[in-house]
Amino acid sequence: MIFSFDLLINAVASGILIGGFYAAVTCGVSISFGILDIVNIAHPAFIILGSYVAYIVNTTFGVDPIVTAIVATPLFYVLGAGIYQVYYVSFEKRGQESLRGLAFFFGLLFITEVSLVLYFGVDYRYVDAAYIGPSVHFGGLDMPLRILVPCLVSLLLIAILQLILKRTFIGRAIMAVAQDHFALRLMAVDPVRIKRIAFGISIATASLAGAFLIIIQPVEPSVGREYIGRIFAICVLGGMGSLPGTVIAAMLLGIVESLTSTFYGPSWAPAVSFGLLLLTLAVRPSGLMGR
Amino acid sequence: MRTPLFLLICFVIAAAVFAGAIAFGNDYVFFAGYVVLQYVVLSTAWNILGGYCGYVNFGSAAFFALGAYSTVAIYKFYPLPIPLLLVVGGAVSGLVGFGMGYLTLRLRGAFFAIATLALAVVMETLVVNWDYVGGSRGAYIVRPEEIYPIGNYIRYLFLIMLLLAVAAITIARLIERSRLGYGFATIRDDELAAEASGVPTLRLKLVATTISGALMGMAGAPFPYYIGYLQPSSTFGLEYAVNSIAMPLIGGTTSWVGPLIGAVLLGSLQQIATVTISSAVNLLIVGCLLVGFVIVAPNGIVGLVHKYLQRKPDDFVGRRHVETESPETVP
Repeated sequence: MIFSFDLLINAVASGILIGGFYAAVTCGVSISFGILDIVNIAHPAFIILGSYVAYIVNTTFGVDPIVTAIVATPLFYVLGAGIYQVYYVSFEKRGQESLRGLAFFFGLLFITEVSLVLYFGVDYRYVDAAYIGPSVHFGGLDMPLRILVPCLVSLLLIAILQLILKRTFIGRAIMAVAQDHFALRLMAVDPVRIKRIAFGISIATASLAGAFLIIIQPVEPSVGREYIGRIFAICVLGGMGSLPGTVIAAMLLGIVESLTSTFYGPSWAPAVSFGLLLLTLAVRPSGLMGR
Repeated sequence: MRTPLFLLICFVIAAAVFAGAIAFGNDYVFFAGYVVLQYVVLSTAWNILGGYCGYVNFGSAAFFALGAYSTVAIYKFYPLPIPLLLVVGGAVSGLVGFGMGYLTLRLRGAFFAIATLALAVVMETLVVNWDYVGGSRGAYIVRPEEIYPIGNYIRYLFLIMLLLAVAAITIARLIERSRLGYGFATIRDDELAAEASGVPTLRLKLVATTISGALMGMAGAPFPYYIGYLQPSSTFGLEYAVNSIAMPLIGGTTSWVGPLIGAVLLGSLQQIATVTISSAVNLLIVGCLLVGFVIVAPNGIVGLVHKYLQRKPDDFVGRRHVETESPETVP
């Protein structure tokens, strides 16, 4: 192994860029799992769904995937709100969310994946856009635009989410519903409605994350599974529901993964997130920026 | 029913199943039956942790594959007889189960579930990078044609899985009726209250993950001999995870009967669907059944039967009475 400074800097830089993308993938789970306590393990499936929506629109109309994803967010919001309603009526209301709620989301993950396989097959799909291919050079640094663009849009998305959570009434109600929903009721706010809105927002972010995913790499239906470990590792490390924590944790994971695949080979990268998850759970379960 | 009597009945049923399969005259029934029995063991094992303690394990495929790959690792070194392989596979998976449990079970239940989900991915990464057991190319195992007293090798594998299924069900039933089982039930119903009244919750949960993991590993140990060619992406396939969750939840999680019913029903249904329709469609059916059952019938088939039996005839009459009377009494 030849250790060179250039290689190290490039690995760190690409880790940070990929980390920006991971933050977009995770922010939905940070809201649903971190704030609402809904263990939505089907989130990667919705991300893949987003990828396929971007793919279909891109190949038939030639529209930019990110534009498609932004236009599709209301659809994903409605989907998310609908799923929360089913989840609330069948599990949360009856107090059965721990075992059967988890099985419900697992079933959703499975159904989405198998349906996509049946419809599209297991071929890898990809999209076309102007920024896929070229890269910017920055001294010794090499930044491919196909990762840089998703990273920047993703940071913008998280900044907007953070503004919504901190500044608007709905956002503050979302933060409050996690802490005390009886108190929320006393403020004449319906906690179920707030949770429905929040879950809708969390699924809506999957639309964008899906578009980023298919810009960065070709997608097939089971790719989402690789992200389950990453998403929850980042979410826990970031401190469950803190968006700035999510960004920091995502970039940290990105850097560690990128260093691992540069110096040990890419086939080891999936194990990194799990190691990080177990380490966090064992050493500091409240995460970097725990509440 | 006392355990020896129960075991005797189990053996009689098992012997009947084996005799029936031989009488069927076609070896395909052994190939299909092996898979169904394998699911009986997997879902019973899942239920010991999931149904009795209420902790969801999404990593059944990882434990199953650990058993299978310990067999491959040993086979490359020196081919041992299968009963010994069962012990080794069970020990390896049981140990991993214990380790996973120790790291995550002190936290909220969801963390354990997520960690098991990630475990499958990591184990797959390890196996893909481990050239000794074939890496991503997969490993071949030459199945002997015949074995002395039984004859055809697939019949031998079928018999082993049948005995393992009997053992798994007996263990599950024993747990259910022992102090251990009551301890598990308190964890499922209210862990905080159990802890407060002196139930050693962490220790009990570790016992459950170890037993459950070991049984899954044992179910996986003969698998390389059955399949002949073991490949990481299919051995760690999501269908093991989804089936071992769907079967107990569809059958009913509170007793040992549930996983058995679920596995036999769903397993046979899948075998038929794989032959007649396609294997992707049958996985879709399992997913939809799982989601449908957890929403509509939370206690599974066993729960539905219970509800039906408890509905007394005059209860029926009474309800009908009220329904027809009420419009007249209300002016």
